[in-house]
Amino acid sequence: MKIGLDVGSTTIKCVVLDGSDNILYSTYERHFSHILEKSEELLRRVAGQYGSRAELAISGSAGMGMAESVGVPFVQEVFATRVATQKLAPGTDVVIELGGEDAKILFLTGGMEVRMNGSCAGGTGAFIDQMATLLKMTADEMDEAAQTAEKTYTIASRCGVFAKSDVQPLINQGAKTNDIAASIYQAVVNQTIAGLAQGRPIKGSILYLGGPLTFSRCLRESFDKTLGVVGTCPENSLLFVALGAAFYSDQSFDLLETADRLRRRGAAETYRSQPPLFQNQEEYAAFQVRHARARVDRVPFGPDYAAPVHIGIDSGSTTVKVAVIDQDARLLFTDYQPNLGNPVPLIRDVLQRLYDEHPALHAASVTTTGYGEDLAKHAFHGDYGVVETVAHFTAARHFLPNVDFIIDIGGQDMKCFKIEDGAISNIFLNEACSSGCGSFLQTFAQALGHDVKEFARLGLFADRPVDLGSRCTVFMNSSVKQAQKDGASIENISAGLSISVVKNAIYKVIRAASPEELGRNVVVQGGTFYNEAVLRAFEKEMGVEVIRPDIAGLMGAFGAALYGRGKAAPGQTSALLGREALAAFSQETENRQCGLCGNNCQLTVNTFANGETFLSGNRCDRPVTGKADTGERNLCAYKRKLILGYKPVPGKRGKIGLPLCLNMWELLPFWHTFFTMLGFAVYHSPLSSRDLYLKGQATIPSDTACFPAKLAHGHIHFLSKLGLDAIFYPCMTYNLDEGLGDNHYNCPVVAYYPEVIAGNCPEARETRFIYDYVGLHRPKDFTKKIHAILRRHFPDISRGEVQEAADAAYAEYAHHMAQIRKEGERILRQARAEGRRIIVLAGRPYHMDPEVNHGIDTLITRFGAAVVTEDSVSGLVDKFPTTVLNQWTYHSRLYAAAKYCVEHRDCDLVQLVSFGCGVDAITTDETQAILQAGGKLYTELKIDEITNLGAVRIRLRSLFAALDEQE
Amino acid sequence: MEAYPKFTPEMKKTHKILIPNMAPVQFRILAAVMEQAGYTCELLENCGSQVSELGLKYVHNDTCYPALLVIGQFLDALASGKYDLDYTALIITQTGGGCRASNYIHLLRKALVKAGYPQVPVVSLNFSGLEKDSGFPMTIPFLRKLLAVIYYGDLLVALKAQTEPYEVEKGAAKALQDRWLDTICGWVREDRGYSYREMKAVMPGIAQEFAAIPVRRVPKVKVGVVGEIYVKYSPLGNNDLERFLASQDCEVNLPGLMGFVQYCAYNPSQTARLYGGTFLEKHVSDLILKYIEGMETVVLRALKDHGFHAPLPFRDLIRLTDGVIGTGDKMGEGWLLTAEMIELVRAGYENIVCAQPFGCLPNHICGKGMINKIRELYPQANITPIDYDPSATRVNQENRIKLMLAVARERLPEQTPEEPSRRATAERPAPERLHGRAKAMV
Repeated sequence: MKIGLDVGSTTIKCVVLDGSDNILYSTYERHFSHILEKSEELLRRVAGQYGSRAELAISGSAGMGMAESVGVPFVQEVFATRVATQKLAPGTDVVIELGGEDAKILFLTGGMEVRMNGSCAGGTGAFIDQMATLLKMTADEMDEAAQTAEKTYTIASRCGVFAKSDVQPLINQGAKTNDIAASIYQAVVNQTIAGLAQGRPIKGSILYLGGPLTFSRCLRESFDKTLGVVGTCPENSLLFVALGAAFYSDQSFDLLETADRLRRRGAAETYRSQPPLFQNQEEYAAFQVRHARARVDRVPFGPDYAAPVHIGIDSGSTTVKVAVIDQDARLLFTDYQPNLGNPVPLIRDVLQRLYDEHPALHAASVTTTGYGEDLAKHAFHGDYGVVETVAHFTAARHFLPNVDFIIDIGGQDMKCFKIEDGAISNIFLNEACSSGCGSFLQTFAQALGHDVKEFARLGLFADRPVDLGSRCTVFMNSSVKQAQKDGASIENISAGLSISVVKNAIYKVIRAASPEELGRNVVVQGGTFYNEAVLRAFEKEMGVEVIRPDIAGLMGAFGAALYGRGKAAPGQTSALLGREALAAFSQETENRQCGLCGNNCQLTVNTFANGETFLSGNRCDRPVTGKADTGERNLCAYKRKLILGYKPVPGKRGKIGLPLCLNMWELLPFWHTFFTMLGFAVYHSPLSSRDLYLKGQATIPSDTACFPAKLAHGHIHFLSKLGLDAIFYPCMTYNLDEGLGDNHYNCPVVAYYPEVIAGNCPEARETRFIYDYVGLHRPKDFTKKIHAILRRHFPDISRGEVQEAADAAYAEYAHHMAQIRKEGERILRQARAEGRRIIVLAGRPYHMDPEVNHGIDTLITRFGAAVVTEDSVSGLVDKFPTTVLNQWTYHSRLYAAAKYCVEHRDCDLVQLVSFGCGVDAITTDETQAILQAGGKLYTELKIDEITNLGAVRIRLRSLFAALDEQE
Repeated sequence: MEAYPKFTPEMKKTHKILIPNMAPVQFRILAAVMEQAGYTCELLENCGSQVSELGLKYVHNDTCYPALLVIGQFLDALASGKYDLDYTALIITQTGGGCRASNYIHLLRKALVKAGYPQVPVVSLNFSGLEKDSGFPMTIPFLRKLLAVIYYGDLLVALKAQTEPYEVEKGAAKALQDRWLDTICGWVREDRGYSYREMKAVMPGIAQEFAAIPVRRVPKVKVGVVGEIYVKYSPLGNNDLERFLASQDCEVNLPGLMGFVQYCAYNPSQTARLYGGTFLEKHVSDLILKYIEGMETVVLRALKDHGFHAPLPFRDLIRLTDGVIGTGDKMGEGWLLTAEMIELVRAGYENIVCAQPFGCLPNHICGKGMINKIRELYPQANITPIDYDPSATRVNQENRIKLMLAVARERLPEQTPEEPSRRATAERPAPERLHGRAKAMV
């Protein structure tokens, strides 16, 4: 008898084989993290039915340590899959296996190779579960829904948390659930192909294994369609790993004895722990009493209530909250509901109820806030919209007038702000990568088979909370896995998770070193702080006692109502839809492509009963006003126009291509002129697009490189189709020296990305790819060196020609940069004359690409401000010392631009940071330090593949609101 | 910007210098060299979760893991109460290249201020003339000692690594390594042992003693480790990778630290050759490399003559990059990392862990970016890139390594001791002298 045990991250699988490898018994069950107990129980079950002597092997990601500790052979799971496949499905070329938290591709023929997802890839089963939860469906329902989808949306396929922030706005905008479901499966497919295949084609006979692919027809079909194959999902597709382990087993064990060893091992806990949240019941009681004091005044809200009221509506990412207050800011009514995808019907119901239950209702003002602020305001004719940060500040001030720090942890997002002199002086929002907030705890509670409230309570008196670290939530999944393996109890895991959320907030989002730094008068809010474990962990970690209002989860709505109360004129009546209009209210949503420009924004059009419409998803006002953006206040638009103005001129030497990626965004004028002078027709790839990215994504070798670098693959792909004589993309250790820093390097990725292209893109072999090391910083040597390089490919090029071309190229480059500076000055002058805010949008030259910046430059101009870039003002500042080694040309400009903003009160800096940019870990801190030393606000926007501008919009509006307050 | 405390010459007498522990063996000798030069110093041994936690607390969290750990280790030491904070200094290396690692010293200074130790000066150990007011005085005799340190260290590391997995009596190789470390440190403190002549006399003897340890040479999976220099060597950085691999019954080969030093020496002239420069700039590297080569030969010969595998001399290592990566890639470990992978594959260490901090910029290019190309040329290459990060769990890392090992074990029986061949597509045949060496190692 042979037994294979596969202990995965969420399920446990067991197979018992007889002497001729027939399956006697098999099982597939969730283990709810009780790995040791479950394994022990399974072994006893098998021993009871089939006798206790058997050959045994253990596999699976959670089985590793366990197997070693009880002396049973461990088989790596991918390896086990291969063993099983060779036996059960010979002739298979490629195996695609998705599990709870792992994704794997095995290439069996033509050079055996195995690929597993990197530590950054969230995809897979846990991801699908998480998304299903978000859609309020079971995995099966989601599969069914996806089968009737009409279209798919773009969802970032890199990691679960990113995808989540793509899905949530779709839900909020009222996109159809069926379409979202299908998009989620497509995202998993893209993730698997991009992340794992890495350029190797998936073809031939394909085998689908593992839970998600077994259970979801739609997922299989998405794979089939994308790969252009018809794969098979074999019998026992869930059990291949267990089967492989069983086939592999060759050591005989007494099962009951092994079960005993498992039990003994369970008794010996060995994980890393931290001090308990509460030492004893007394401590807990004192804690409860203290927090019970932060209460808001309430008055009864009877049917005959007729005094003016102010209504605040907070349409958040996962909940809808409504608060009604009287003229004295006393609370009359609250409502809190989970957002089931579309907030509009929920809000309508609440308003209807208010009308019904209070016939004499006199709404003086209605203010909306949160993600769905605009939609709600338009749908119900609200009076004011307020950015959520300001709403929260308004509410917090009500509880603690001298509040100097507010932290709000909601379902999906985390907001913190510092208050100085009665205005928001600094805002921290979680980037898309660390939204480990309420919803994370919730998903985890569910995965472990608990309700979130009960789950949190479990942790309060945990004796040894697990130390789970403070990084991205995707990593936390595996930390939990490890803790489970080490025998941590559910209580200790619960407490550990609560502490992690807090650490994440403090060290990852706020990056505070000491409580003094944040302030001593702290208000905490957001639904997550109802969780006493999180609240306690926060106080302990910060070393301060904080105020948690009894309406912590309603502060946005309450603040909005307070905001309306402050704005409303005496005797005012709200424009809110009346009784009849509300009764007749209806909403229809439709999705379409804008099509008015190359962006092709995915528009969601809401049409209401009275014929009014509300658009979302648009990056500019064109679909609303019908007019194109002139870009007259936007230097980014001007820079794009300059770059796109370089067209090929037919020449005697043939055609050469330049990829418009990374540093080519700045050097195109140079190279274009250089090669045109040498008699080449110079073609460059177009602005990036989603499509262009997808065409190149399969050859990206490192999934954690920055998005601008990954785009290079698409540009090379584009150029390779043009029938060119050569593609030119040089390696450049050094940039030009602008005299602003201590050195003039490029960052490692910009400097050497052509090496990656040459090593991984088959296109670079189809077309002659010239990627030699070139230095423009020494013009004289450059001419000599480039001549030697080019002569290898084009022997007739003479030194004289090169000299002439180089002279013209340097001149063109200088002219190009001068034009940018000149236009920048013009925009500055005009903005100053018109009294507009000026935003210095600081990043890198390649951040001009609309696919990279997602239209943030245009967004800023839509708020009425003018936009100039860092390189247009950096030359206006003298070299000055920095506390970091100032050694990269592009980055020196950032510091100089920050200095410029300090010296010019009417300019404010917004820094664009590409996710994964290691260099920016250094520049952001320094830029912030320069700005803060000069009393300026610092705003950092992290950008990636992600297309959701919701968070960006909040940040920008908060910035503008804070600037208004400062004045 | 605010001024930071400088490390003045007078502090040599008054201050204790703390050294972060990157490469345990080599740095132990380094500490002895510094002591001999009149410094009081201590090699930090503190580790544990509080180290990375302090790092996370005081350094930007997206900064690379080595910076978090090195700075965390310093802060943890300063907080321990073991040191008089007014008479303690820290030392940190600085390469001055285009990688963000050149900024560690500034991050460290920032962190010191934030953590409440503004008085603690930081010394920069660099060869690029950075930090003139706090740099470590690089005299020629000191440099010579430094080189000797590294060669002794590399030799002891290589000898132990090739003996330990096969030793009959467990612990013999480790004991011998410790004994030689003590002996060498003793010499160094007496200001001897590091001349070319002395090394030439002593090194074969060391190798001889390791060769005399009784071994049973059964076939074992041979694993090479390359990567970002800190996570490659430091057990704190790589979750004790060497020990894990040993526990999986592997022979581990960590290419020596000297390769990195030679790489740093090689790059300035290569830069001048690529982009232009004076005659001196173009040839200064050759002079230094030539000088180093003498010592290198001694080490390689000591290994080879006693039946051990010796790495390729640096000169040949450079040529391995032909047709794979340009030697202009000089940020981080740059082309050297790629060359080391190729060398390992060719020498029979075809199973490779490529270790880097999560999001390491240079390794996107010279590590992960080159794996496909290497596999194309050497189909037997079995490389797994592993990311290290404060919260990347050991389970995930070890699982991936185990996969690599499973493939390796499967191939073990079919492997012949013959030199693995390069595919027909390769442009150039392997250098002649490789063959003899590969055979010698089995």
